[in-house]
Amino acid sequence: MPQLRMTGRGLWITALIVPPLAFVALFIVYPIISAFAYAFFDWQGLKRLDFVGLENFHTVLFVEPYRSWTLNAFKNNVIVFFALMVLQNGLGFILAYALWRELPGARFHRIAVFLPVVLSTIIVAYLFKLFYHPLFGVVNISLKSIGLGWLAQPWLGQSGTALGSIIVAQAWHMVGFPTLVFLAGMQRIPSEILDAVRMETESEWVKITKIVWPLVAPSATIVFTLLFVGAFNWFELPYIMGGLDGSPFGSTDVLGLYFYRTAFGNVSAGQQDFGLGSALAVIIFLFIAVVAGVITTRLRAREIQL
Amino acid sequence: MSATATNYYDRKGLFATLGRDGMLQIILIANTVLMLAPIIIMVFSAFKTTPEIFKSPFGIPDFAQVANFVKIWSETNFLRYLLNSFIVTGASMVLILTLGTMAAYAIGRYAFTGSNFILMFFLAGLTLPLKLAIIPLFMLMRDLSILNNQLSLIFVYTAMGLPTTIFIMTGFIRSLPNELEDAARMDGASEARIMWAIMLPLVRPAMVIAGIQNVVPIWNDFFFPLVFIQNDSLKTLPQGLTTFMGEYTTDWGVLFSGLTLSAAPIILIYIVLSKQFIAGMTSGAVK
Repeated sequence: MPQLRMTGRGLWITALIVPPLAFVALFIVYPIISAFAYAFFDWQGLKRLDFVGLENFHTVLFVEPYRSWTLNAFKNNVIVFFALMVLQNGLGFILAYALWRELPGARFHRIAVFLPVVLSTIIVAYLFKLFYHPLFGVVNISLKSIGLGWLAQPWLGQSGTALGSIIVAQAWHMVGFPTLVFLAGMQRIPSEILDAVRMETESEWVKITKIVWPLVAPSATIVFTLLFVGAFNWFELPYIMGGLDGSPFGSTDVLGLYFYRTAFGNVSAGQQDFGLGSALAVIIFLFIAVVAGVITTRLRAREIQL
Repeated sequence: MSATATNYYDRKGLFATLGRDGMLQIILIANTVLMLAPIIIMVFSAFKTTPEIFKSPFGIPDFAQVANFVKIWSETNFLRYLLNSFIVTGASMVLILTLGTMAAYAIGRYAFTGSNFILMFFLAGLTLPLKLAIIPLFMLMRDLSILNNQLSLIFVYTAMGLPTTIFIMTGFIRSLPNELEDAARMDGASEARIMWAIMLPLVRPAMVIAGIQNVVPIWNDFFFPLVFIQNDSLKTLPQGLTTFMGEYTTDWGVLFSGLTLSAAPIILIYIVLSKQFIAGMTSGAVK
């Protein structure tokens, strides 16, 4: 009888665990493993041809014009990452610090800063595209109305400003996320520590750099890592605001767009190439995994256990 | 002398505090204006004609003028897209919460060989950027003949949502006390009955957190429909928006009202449930 009960229990656990396991295996693990395999083959449309070894990797990294495209997109991703570290995470830390004091209206400010985060990226992209319009967009109209008309320019239409303009839209969209993660980190700092600091020093600066910043290190680890992964996966905003080719002149091209364009082709030029696309995907994937791993372990090391 | 000194320092401290708090308050107010202005301009513009938007982009509109919305209602597929988004998001959420609770319950409530390995397997999915596996996913959906079918989206979203859900719910289920369960087992209740009638009502708070964390990215997703769905009548809202924005490029009144209508459902729910939204969407990053 106990034997039978055990089998019943085993069956019950199996019934619970197998369906979710199957979903993850079929739609996450299998495609990711396949992505690696695809990269070693030659493809014609949706048809897999011969095994070509590292040929596809060699092409996207060393053969023109792919080499320049890859480097250009990668360079833009690096710019995006560092710009957002300042605009999104840096500003997020300052806002979190301001919210942490629980000044009057803090609740309202907290809700406001997170509001853009819940919006679809597509809505944000179109909204800012309209705002950046050279003639009728509110950005140029505002500049003109406060006497800075000479600053008005086609923000998305010229190579020098397009990527920066899209980065600003991204920062507006997501700044609330690091803000509230940092805020949660600050709220976990024990009040005894803060009282002790208050006895020692009057300086706000010392307090932030020597106490608050080190103690929110776990939040920083997470926020930095997520930003890194997000910046190198960036797709939707440049896709809508710069177009699939990263216009103008590739100045808004990033790895996500370049990968998509290589894999699925685009309307104007080029055909789809699953082999080269997969090689790019594998390179991006390994780059993200390795660097994110290094960032996480490095940052973890400086976290303090309370 | 010492009395004056103390007094002086006290006052300086007070002023310093006021000055600092004042500055922080100014930063917060300036930021809130920056956060809300684009949304307010969007909503205001939705009630204006295109010439009105060009002439006074910041003016308060006549809110009775709903011609733009009527146009969207009658001339575009907007309602279809909205309905599709509800279907896809709803079906995915039901699957995620059902399957996620099943796995988390098995891992969190029973001791069995391999349970740690299974949990690790699920958690590995947390960090993988699935966008990069889009080519094999595309081929997989083709082989399953569900390209251009909303099932492709529902399946991918379900798989993507499971790791976070299982992570959140396993921790929660493990923390539940054993007494109720043991008592029921004494009374001869079956394992299924114990799970359904006794434990599940207790895990609702974790379900809400896991649900919100998944519902927002699924509702907002654009990438997977872009690859899987071609048929206009099957498109979800973010994807339909791109079709729609392409058709009305010069009619800014309609463009802004389209954006407003698309943003409205999630903004309204967020305003009502902001606390749960913030907790849910940052729950992966805040421990």
